[in-house]
Amino acid sequence: MTTTYDFEDTPSNYDDVQRQGGQDAVYDPNFVPDSVKSFVVHMYRHIREKNVYEIHQMCETSFQTLSERLFKDTPWPSVEAIAPYVDNDHVFCLLYREMWFRHLYARLSPTLKQRIDSYDNYCSLFQVVLHGVVNMQLPNQWLWDMVDEFVYQFQSFCQYRAKMKNKTEQEIALLKQNDKAWNVYGVLNFLQALVEKSTIIQILEQEKEGLEQFTATDGYDYSGGSNVLKVLGYFSMVGLLRVHCLLGDYHTGLKWLQPIDITQQGVYISVIGCHIATIYHYGFANLMLRRYVDAVSEFNKILLYIYKTKQYHQKSPQYEQLLKKNEQMYALLAVCLSLCPQTKLVDESVNSQLREKYGEKMMRMQRCDDEEFGIYDELFSYACPKFITPSAPSFEEPLVNYNQDAYRLQLKMFLYEVKQQQLLSGVRTFLKVYSSISLAKLANYMEVDEPTLRTILLTYKHKTHSVGSDGKVISNADIDFYINNDMIYVVESKPAKRYGDFFLRQIAKLEGVMNDMDRIKLE
Amino acid sequence: MGKEMESPKEQSSYTVEQLVAVNPFNPEILPDLENYVNEQVTSQTYSLDANLCLLRLYQFEPERMNTHVVARILIKALMAMPAPDFSLCLFLIPERVQMEEQFKSLIVLSHYLETGRFQQFWDEAAKNRFEQAIQAYATHLLSLSYQKVPRSVLSEAVNMDGASLDKFIEHQVTNSGWIVEKEDGSIVLPQNEFNHPELKKNTGENVPLEHIARIFPILG
Repeated sequence: MTTTYDFEDTPSNYDDVQRQGGQDAVYDPNFVPDSVKSFVVHMYRHIREKNVYEIHQMCETSFQTLSERLFKDTPWPSVEAIAPYVDNDHVFCLLYREMWFRHLYARLSPTLKQRIDSYDNYCSLFQVVLHGVVNMQLPNQWLWDMVDEFVYQFQSFCQYRAKMKNKTEQEIALLKQNDKAWNVYGVLNFLQALVEKSTIIQILEQEKEGLEQFTATDGYDYSGGSNVLKVLGYFSMVGLLRVHCLLGDYHTGLKWLQPIDITQQGVYISVIGCHIATIYHYGFANLMLRRYVDAVSEFNKILLYIYKTKQYHQKSPQYEQLLKKNEQMYALLAVCLSLCPQTKLVDESVNSQLREKYGEKMMRMQRCDDEEFGIYDELFSYACPKFITPSAPSFEEPLVNYNQDAYRLQLKMFLYEVKQQQLLSGVRTFLKVYSSISLAKLANYMEVDEPTLRTILLTYKHKTHSVGSDGKVISNADIDFYINNDMIYVVESKPAKRYGDFFLRQIAKLEGVMNDMDRIKLE
Repeated sequence: MGKEMESPKEQSSYTVEQLVAVNPFNPEILPDLENYVNEQVTSQTYSLDANLCLLRLYQFEPERMNTHVVARILIKALMAMPAPDFSLCLFLIPERVQMEEQFKSLIVLSHYLETGRFQQFWDEAAKNRFEQAIQAYATHLLSLSYQKVPRSVLSEAVNMDGASLDKFIEHQVTNSGWIVEKEDGSIVLPQNEFNHPELKKNTGENVPLEHIARIFPILG
């Protein structure tokens, strides 16, 4: 398993589109093969007829098949070339371009000009949606892809822009001219605007009181309206969580996610990519906030879910990404459990996978020697988001690459925290063996003096008890203690038998079985 | 574009908290946020959200960063312990800024507090600034850990002894339920679920009402 923290962005040339892709691929943007003609005509019709199912099929299957067959290493025909077949419909053209750029980023390396043009396209598309004139129903998958891709292209641009060293003069000139493109204020304000204009937060609030229907219809509007603004607003909350994690602001990121209750069903589950992105960032943010129990619980749930359902996504274009995030979350889970050994929070099937992938590394991380830092570093670097430096580059000589700065800072802070917790595993080992022990004796075993031991014990208490925003203290500790003057008394927390939950689950399950039986028609 | 451009007159009628909630991605609120930090220091109030918002804006436009303001934000965050606010702020401050002297010493102070090294903290800190806040953190941590704490340990943690320590203990006896053992002067701290495990509620058994509400349709 590699430790690469390298954004796979090959240096792109400031070049025109004709040279895209493979050396032999000659790309004519104006040539529209019949299959593409047919594709756009049908897509246009399905969108006008609000046939969400067909649109979804075309996005997920037809587009991928055609890309694979005809556009393996060239872009799709230009929007100008296909526009005549779709009445030059402005909105359709924006949507087509969105897919066009997404395909480009996935298969090829975008030039700076293309990056800028893609941003302009998103601006136009979001403006149209924000003005409330859109009357379409689009599949949630596509709407999620838009937000996801928007944030991804922003992240990609920041990485690209931070590598100033080998930029050509034209690139630098173009960057200076287009300082609005992928500007962090622009990106964040668009996401916020989508959240606000859609009033999605109020909708979710009112849904709790039964005054609104949103989750029940998966966000779709069955009364003749459009789902686009509402669902984009909803997914933008996840988008904002993601951007804030990229900036290192975990607290505010989680705040943006708050309206979505991840302990419940929600529209975020309707698209597997969204579900995973939400939990991955939620878990990572909680890891950085030292709320290990929250992180472990959520990672456990999603890893179990992926384990059970991934076979259904094998044909999907998101499958590879799904697998990658799965692996990264196992790495994060290994890290969390090494800092906060609460294996009872983890399901058996997840646990066995975890042991298989990281069993040995976890053992090494939990020893209090210096070797463990290397492993924490390795896993963190493998699994962390691709942090960005959001500010514009300095154009002064000498030009440097600073694309790793943000990552290095987060890694440094994380390892600093690990270092502070280094001695805790030593304490834990001893506490597991004794029911009570004097401070003097334990100090002797740990080869420190008593005052130092007292500070270590206080550190243990501090690091294992987090304070929520409401001021409540929550214990993360699997092994706990209290001190009476000079004696330590060990307390082992017993795993709580959750009878209540068990009964609730079985009741719901039985009801499901009875419903199924009712539906069976006896021939 | 979602960015709201308000005239200065309209803007002043919003409180800073409102600005942060409604218009956080707006470079024009930066001076307001800086003033708010100074206000927090003088009026002894604190707002994590506003301070994070300012640190983010500094991240977006590093040329506008005012290191004095950043230092004040960090001091405020330090006083919010045991909350992890200090780390939250550090995540947003570039490495080269953290290397400056004033920040290095604050980071050292934070390290002492994170690892319960109160004696070293009090040796290093400008005492007046931190007294109340850190004494509160110290007593919080002691209450989690000790049923009965020796006087010397308490003295070191809150940086007091002699008459002022007596006064401090007296105050806690009256207001926080502390008890002084007559024989050796050690302090019995109030019982809570962290230093008295038998008090721990079996949270495993609590089933929230919302969960039960989900099966009402089945039961009904």
